[in-house]
Amino acid sequence: MNDWLKVCPLEDIPRLGAKVVSTDKADIAVFRNAEDEVFAVDDRCPHKGGQLSQGIVFDRRVSCPLHGMTVHLDSGKAQAPDEGCTHKYRVRVDKGVVFLNLG
Amino acid sequence: MQKAKLILVGNGMAGVRTLEELLKLAPDLYDITVYGAEPHGNYNRILLSPVLAGEMKLPEIMLNDVGWYAQHGITLHTGRRIVRIDRPRRTVVADDGSEERYDRLLLATGSTPVMLPIPGHDLPGVLAYRDIADTEAMIAASARGGRAVVIGAGLLGLEAANGLKARGMEVTVVHLAPWIMERQLDKTAADMLQASLEARGLAFLLEKQTVELAKGPKKSGGRVAAVRFADGSEIPADLVVMAIGIRPNTKLAEEAGLHCNRGIVVNDTLQTYDPRIYAVGECVAHRGTAYGLVAPLFEQGKVAANHLAEFGIARYSGSAVSTKLKVTGIDVFSAGDFIGGADDDEIVLADKRGGVYKKLVLRDNRIVGAVLYGDTADSNWYFQLMKEKKCVGPIRDRLMLGQSHSGAGHEGKNRAAELPDDFEVCGCNGVKKITIVKAIKEKGLFTLEEVRRHTKASGSCGSCTGLVEQILASAVGGAYQPVAAEKKPLCGCTDYTHEEVRKAIVDNRLLTIPEAMRFLEWRTPNGCPSCRPALNYYLLCAWPQEYKDDPQSRFINERVHANIQKDGTYSVVPRMYGGVTSPAELKRIAEVAEKYAVPTVKVTGGQRIDLLGVKKEDLPAIWADLGMPSGYAYSKGLRTVKTCVGSEWCRFGVQDSTNMGIDLERDLERLWTPHKTKLGVSGCPRNCAEATIKDVGVIGVESGWEIYVGGNGGIKTEVAQFLCKVKTREEVLEVTGAFLQLYREEARYLDRTVHWLGRVGLDSVKRRVVDDAEGRRALYARLKAALAVEKDPWAERAAGREAGEFKAVKLFAKDSVSGEGNERLAESLSA
Ligand code: SRM
Ligand SMILES: Cc1cc2nc3c(=O)[nH]c(=O)nc-3n(C[C@H](O)[C@H](O)[C@H](O)COP(=O)(O)OP(=O)(O)OC[C@H]3O[C@@H](n4cnc5c(N)ncnc54)[C@H](O)[C@@H]3O)c2cc1C
Ligand code: SF4
Ligand code: FES
Repeated sequence: MNDWLKVCPLEDIPRLGAKVVSTDKADIAVFRNAEDEVFAVDDRCPHKGGQLSQGIVFDRRVSCPLHGMTVHLDSGKAQAPDEGCTHKYRVRVDKGVVFLNLG
Repeated sequence: MQKAKLILVGNGMAGVRTLEELLKLAPDLYDITVYGAEPHGNYNRILLSPVLAGEMKLPEIMLNDVGWYAQHGITLHTGRRIVRIDRPRRTVVADDGSEERYDRLLLATGSTPVMLPIPGHDLPGVLAYRDIADTEAMIAASARGGRAVVIGAGLLGLEAANGLKARGMEVTVVHLAPWIMERQLDKTAADMLQASLEARGLAFLLEKQTVELAKGPKKSGGRVAAVRFADGSEIPADLVVMAIGIRPNTKLAEEAGLHCNRGIVVNDTLQTYDPRIYAVGECVAHRGTAYGLVAPLFEQGKVAANHLAEFGIARYSGSAVSTKLKVTGIDVFSAGDFIGGADDDEIVLADKRGGVYKKLVLRDNRIVGAVLYGDTADSNWYFQLMKEKKCVGPIRDRLMLGQSHSGAGHEGKNRAAELPDDFEVCGCNGVKKITIVKAIKEKGLFTLEEVRRHTKASGSCGSCTGLVEQILASAVGGAYQPVAAEKKPLCGCTDYTHEEVRKAIVDNRLLTIPEAMRFLEWRTPNGCPSCRPALNYYLLCAWPQEYKDDPQSRFINERVHANIQKDGTYSVVPRMYGGVTSPAELKRIAEVAEKYAVPTVKVTGGQRIDLLGVKKEDLPAIWADLGMPSGYAYSKGLRTVKTCVGSEWCRFGVQDSTNMGIDLERDLERLWTPHKTKLGVSGCPRNCAEATIKDVGVIGVESGWEIYVGGNGGIKTEVAQFLCKVKTREEVLEVTGAFLQLYREEARYLDRTVHWLGRVGLDSVKRRVVDDAEGRRALYARLKAALAVEKDPWAERAAGREAGEFKAVKLFAKDSVSGEGNERLAESLSA
């Protein structure tokens, strides 16, 4: 079964930025960091649901635009000492195109 | 590759703190071994006093138990003293004969208590007060009751005396000087302190020189029995505690041939004369000073760690210290030059009956010393003012009344210790006092930063910072010292201050964020949400023509030129110069609001209209339809220029404030500033535009305009200060522009004008903006040059710039009906 869905060319996501992917279930934030690694998590901050996609991206982390909580993109977990977790999705880049797995 | 070997000699507060800092910076650089003469992990020596007084128990004062060392792969040898350093062979030799090689050696051997070299000083029953063993010996001795004599009425002596008294002994304190704590207190404060200690049952003998400790009869085991003085008198004693001072423990270093002079001599990087050997803590002499309090030692540790981690950028340049006596129920604080010289001013409040005494010593309107007795709630504030060398001229008359009466407002909510546990300290993050106190105790926090990280308190608007600092100070006692703002690094990614970073950008023509980070040896690959926006602003301010703005380093509001709301929608605020609008504009706003079903239309406090609840994807279209310039209501930049009706309509108006405001707003729109900037123009001194709580306030008078600066109507209301008076509209524009350009070039990112002025002083600004006509014109010209390249962001985005930012990708899962069009990854890949 092939669950990998095409999102967009990697270029469409700015370095240290994100793209919102709306699905019928949830909005997903797909991030690209300085090393061109991509990450995908639910676009909802574990704190009060802020849109992580709108935050400042650094390293492998994002800082939520609403109250500044830092979320680790590779795990979806809030940075200690904060607690909480946002759902993480599998994502990959193939020949310059980003694919997302909702499974 | 084998790791380099680091050996720490001295398992105490300074040494282990250095290791903690080192592990933060370079967790894997060294193979670390620690030798400690005491048979314990690292404990909080400061808290031996509450332990002696029976207020705390030993396990509560452990900072790093043996598990901590294991967890970090550190080999710990407790109960083992290093007796020799062999520098040529680079080894240390312990008292059990074992020997170990080092690549780097860190000496943190602390100090040893000074014992009077008088007959009887080594009798059983004569103790010093330094470590757990001493404390346990005192507790054991006090269990037998009897009489204790404490020699030395300094901080340590008084804390020992208080503890022994609390344990039921009869206590006499003997002191050589004419008053107690003479190194920290003036006579008045000392007398008051002595009186309240006497009221608790302590006895004092002042100006007494001890010459001998006499032995008791054989049957008593040859223990000490009496203390004899130079005047021939004597008093009985079952226990004698000597607390006359400490001496840096330099024996080991001296024997190894390291240069020592009242401490192991180190440079500003905490290196000894042998570059492989570092030293920190009480054993050290830095620029001729050996410190005996933990705060400076922690600062030293931070610098030493930075160099051990091979970052090589931090410098230690000495510390200002303050002391507090830790006797429950008695508040004493002292800092700096509290006696003062002939040319200094003294402000004194003395209420002997009420038990309150405060003295501030001022030199050129700056606090240089302070003694507080009975009410120390403002001690941190005074100490901060002293360390920052802040000019207190404008608040001199209220200084004594404390921070809450100084106009310092919110920040100064005092008496942290008296607040109830469930008092909400941080309104932004809903943090109660008890949560903070618990975190401090349980997690062993020492600094504001740590409290912020663990509890979020004061992490947002920061207005409760003062209060959090007070809670911290009351919870950890003398161990807490606020960091001088001068030396505060820009953020955790660097040790450089805002000023150093700005200077480097200009001096070295750094033109991009990555370039600046590389040049300044940033610790992180791409910074953090604190430094990136600051760097972006500094670069923009330094190179308005050359620098290419980095949207990813802007907070979302500035990236999309709208203000994010709690539900993820945005607000749109078009500019309405001077608060003046027209039927045509209002119609367009109304049409847009209807077309995009804007849920709320509100008049703002800034005299314009806010469309709230707009979807991000609608933003470019709304801007196109509105055809009005952006109001920058989201920016660290020029926001609004509020005006009143002025002479055009108002029966009192003496100047045309409305048009003056419109002119200013047109002159300054699109200006980026370190924080938001707001202006106000009133047509007469009735000041209906509230100009005196604006960053720049202009008030019309019969003969021209008065200009005020540094007002703030936000978290902490600040009234603007008079800058100058001018005659013409052109002068208003030039002075205002020059003032704002100076603010742009000098202030730290996120400083409002008032904070910047507080640091540099109004006088220095007057000199450059008012007195120096040529300088003023140059500033104004630089401002105009910076503005010349700024385009209206909404016009650009309506025309398609950064369109990708506003569009989401639509994607539907395979089992959804509308999912058919989705492309899938090539079959070959999924295999
Ligand atoms: C819209 C408005 C309230 C209103 O409905 O009237 C407003 C709304 C916000 N203010 Fe304000 N302020 C508004 C006038 C004010 C005023 C009054 C004024 O400008 O005359 C003040 C006090 C004056 C001052 O700043 O000196 C004010 C002091 C603040 C502060 C405290 C600033 C300070 O330095 O102490 C903040 C927090 C901050 O900037 O960090 C703040 C922050 C905010 C933010 C931007 C919070 C945020 O970052 O999301 C609010 C956005 C709400 C939203 O969801 O869009 N707002 N805010 C006003 C917009 C004025 C405009 O047309 O641009
Ligand atoms: C009772 C008391 C109350 C205090 N109250 C305050 C206060 O309120 N505020 C404040 O700021 N400060 C206070 N201090 C001072 C503070 O505790 C010291 O400044 C601080 O502990 C010094 O740290 P250090 O690491 O330099 O030395 P220490 O903490 O003394 O550590 C040095 C360690 O090295 C060990 N050592 C020495 N030589 C060797 C060797 N050759 N081999 C192996 N190990 C060795 C020692 O046994 C010791 O454990 C107080 C001190 C005492 C005793
Ligand atoms: S005062 Fe300002 S920041 Fe606070 S809720 Fe109102 S608009 Fe928001
Ligand atoms: S919603 Fe993300 S920090 Fe509050």
